Amino acid sequence: MFNESIKMALEGMVANKLRTFLTLLGIIIGVGAVIAMVSLGFGVKEQVKNNISRLGSNLLIVQSGGRTATGARIQAGSGARLTYDDAKAIEKSVDDALYVAPMVSKGYQVVVGNQNWTTNVQGAPPNILDIRDYTVEEGRNFNNRDMTSRTRVCVIGKTIVDNLFPEGDPVGKTMRIGKAPFTVIGVLGAKGQSAMGQDQDDVVFVPLTTAMNRLMGITYVNNITIQAKNENVVDSVQGEVEQILRERHRIKAGGDDDFTVRNLAALMDTMMETANTITMLLGCIAAISLLVGGIGIMNIMLVSVTERTREIGIRKALGATYHNILLQFLIEAMVIGVVGGVLGVLLGVASSYGISKFAGWNTVISVPTIIIAVVFSVGIGLFFGIYPARKAALLDPIDALRYE
Amino acid sequence: MAEVIRLEDIMKTYVMGDTILHALNHVHLEVTNGEFMAIMGPSGSGKSTMMNILGCLDRPTSGKYYLDGKEIAGYDDDELAQTRNAKIGFVFQNFNLLPKLTAQANVALPLVYAGVPEDERMERAKQALVAVGLGERLDHKPNEMSGGQRQRVAIARALINNPAIIMADEPTGNLDTKSSYEIMDIFKAMNNEGKTVVMVTHEPDIGEQTKRILVMRDGQLVSDERR
Repeated sequence: MFNESIKMALEGMVANKLRTFLTLLGIIIGVGAVIAMVSLGFGVKEQVKNNISRLGSNLLIVQSGGRTATGARIQAGSGARLTYDDAKAIEKSVDDALYVAPMVSKGYQVVVGNQNWTTNVQGAPPNILDIRDYTVEEGRNFNNRDMTSRTRVCVIGKTIVDNLFPEGDPVGKTMRIGKAPFTVIGVLGAKGQSAMGQDQDDVVFVPLTTAMNRLMGITYVNNITIQAKNENVVDSVQGEVEQILRERHRIKAGGDDDFTVRNLAALMDTMMETANTITMLLGCIAAISLLVGGIGIMNIMLVSVTERTREIGIRKALGATYHNILLQFLIEAMVIGVVGGVLGVLLGVASSYGISKFAGWNTVISVPTIIIAVVFSVGIGLFFGIYPARKAALLDPIDALRYE
Repeated sequence: MAEVIRLEDIMKTYVMGDTILHALNHVHLEVTNGEFMAIMGPSGSGKSTMMNILGCLDRPTSGKYYLDGKEIAGYDDDELAQTRNAKIGFVFQNFNLLPKLTAQANVALPLVYAGVPEDERMERAKQALVAVGLGERLDHKPNEMSGGQRQRVAIARALINNPAIIMADEPTGNLDTKSSYEIMDIFKAMNNEGKTVVMVTHEPDIGEQTKRILVMRDGQLVSDERR
C-alpha cells in the first residue's frame, strides 16, 4: 500500500508538471536559502574566530602588580617583580601552555648612520615570533644559542627597515640601540596595524638575556606572555599560572595577588556571540521563506483535493479506507517536501560556493545544517499536508461521487 | 437459494429545516443469490437512496441490513469501505473511471485496496478486460474509448474482486440504444453465470430485460414483480 501511494504521488506530480514545479520551487528556494544563509553565518563566525586568534585569543599576559590590592594601588608593572625563573617554572609545570615568553621592553633611540628612530625594544625568547604570529621574511630569527651567549643581535619589523635602511637590505648590517651596537639578523614580514591601532611593524626584538644583561641592566622581566594550546584551555591555564605564581611569591591564602593575568577570551566571547546572532538572524529570515514554501504546499494540496474530489469518491466507493486516502495525500505532500529538500540542498550548496567564489565572502557548509534543513522541509510537507489530506480522507463518498 | 440482501424495516430520514423527509419509509426487501433485479421509479422516489444503502455507501437511519448474512448497520466508515471492496461491485451512470489511469489500471484499482500484489492485480485485470471484449484496449485511457467501451471497463472493474453482488446505478443512462443493449447483454451473461445484479433505472425497456422489477414511490416499495 505504501509503495502504491508513493507511485501514485509521483505519477500525480508528473501529470501536473508546471504546478509541481512551482510548488517545489517554494521549498527549493526555502531550503536553499536556509543552507546558503547559515553557511554564510558560519563563514562570518569562522572569519571572526580567525581574526581574533590572530590577535591572540589564546594569549595570557602576566604583569607584576595586583589589581585587587586595597589602599593605594601601584601601577601595574612596578612593585614586586616577575622573574625569568617564574617563567621557567610556568613552562615546566603547565602542560597546556604552548609557549611561555618572559619579556622586557623599553623605549630606545635606534640609530643607523645618520638615520635615527625611536621605538620600543623588546627582549624575549625566540618563540615570541610564534606567539605574536610574526614570520621571518629575510635572514633568521635569533635562537637559544643567542640566548645563552647573549649575543647582540636583533630582528626588526618593516617600519624600522623603512626608516633606518632607506636603501634596503638590512640583514648583516649594524644598528645601534641606545649606545650598544647590534647586528640585524632578520626582517619580519609586514603585519600592518593591530586592532588597537598600533603599528605592528614598528618592532625590534632582541634575545631576552641580551636585553636584560647587556642593554637594560635589569634582573626582572616586565611581563610573561603565555600562549595556551587553544581557546578552550585558556581559563585552566590561567588558573594554573596564578597558583604557581602565588606559591613562588609566597602569597598567603586570602592575600592579594602581586601580579595580574589578562586574556583576550572575553573579547572572543563577545565577538562569537555577535557572529552567532548574525547566523541566527540570517537563518531566521531564510526559515521564513521555507515556511512560505510550506504554505504553498498546503495551498496546492487543497486545490488538488478539491480538483480530485471525484477521484476520492471513486476510490472510496471501490473500498479505499480513511487511512488509504490520508496516506495517499500525505505522501504526495511529503514527496514534494523530500524532492524540494534535496534539490534545495543542491541549490544551497551551489549558492554557498557561488557566494564565496564571486562575492569573496567566507562560507562554511555544515552537514548538520543540511540535515536539519531537509528534515525540516519534509516536516513542513507533512505538517502542511495533514490538513488537506484529512479533508480528503473525510470526504463522504456519496457527495464526492456527485461532485462535478 | 441463499439470501444475499435482506432489508428489515429500513428508514432513511433527512431533516431539512423543519421538514422531515423520509427518503426510505419502512422498506422490507429480500434478494436471493442469482437474482437480476431492477429498481424503478420516478425522480425523488428514493431509488438512489436505496442504491446508496444497498451499496454500503450510506447507513440507514434505522432498520436492519443483512448483506451476505452479516448485519452491517453498525459498521463504521472503514468497515463499510472494506465491505464495499470485498462484496460489492459498482457500475455508475457516468462510468467513474480515473481519467489518468489506463483501462487495465482502472480495473485493477479495487485490488489495490484489497491488498493484492501488483503482478497478480495486473494479470487479473487483463483477464477481466478480455472477458468483456476489451482485450485489445488494456493501455487505453478512458478518454480514448467510447461510452460503451468505458462502461465495459467499469463492469470489468466491478467484477474484478468477485463480489457477492453487482450494483448498477443507471448503467445505460449515458449510452445510445445500441451500446445500452450491448451492456445489458453483458449483465444478462453475468447473471446467467450466477452473479446477483441489482440495477437502478428509469428506462422501462431496460427494466423489461431483468427478471424482477421493483417500483418505488415516495420512499416506499409499491410493487415487486417477478417474471
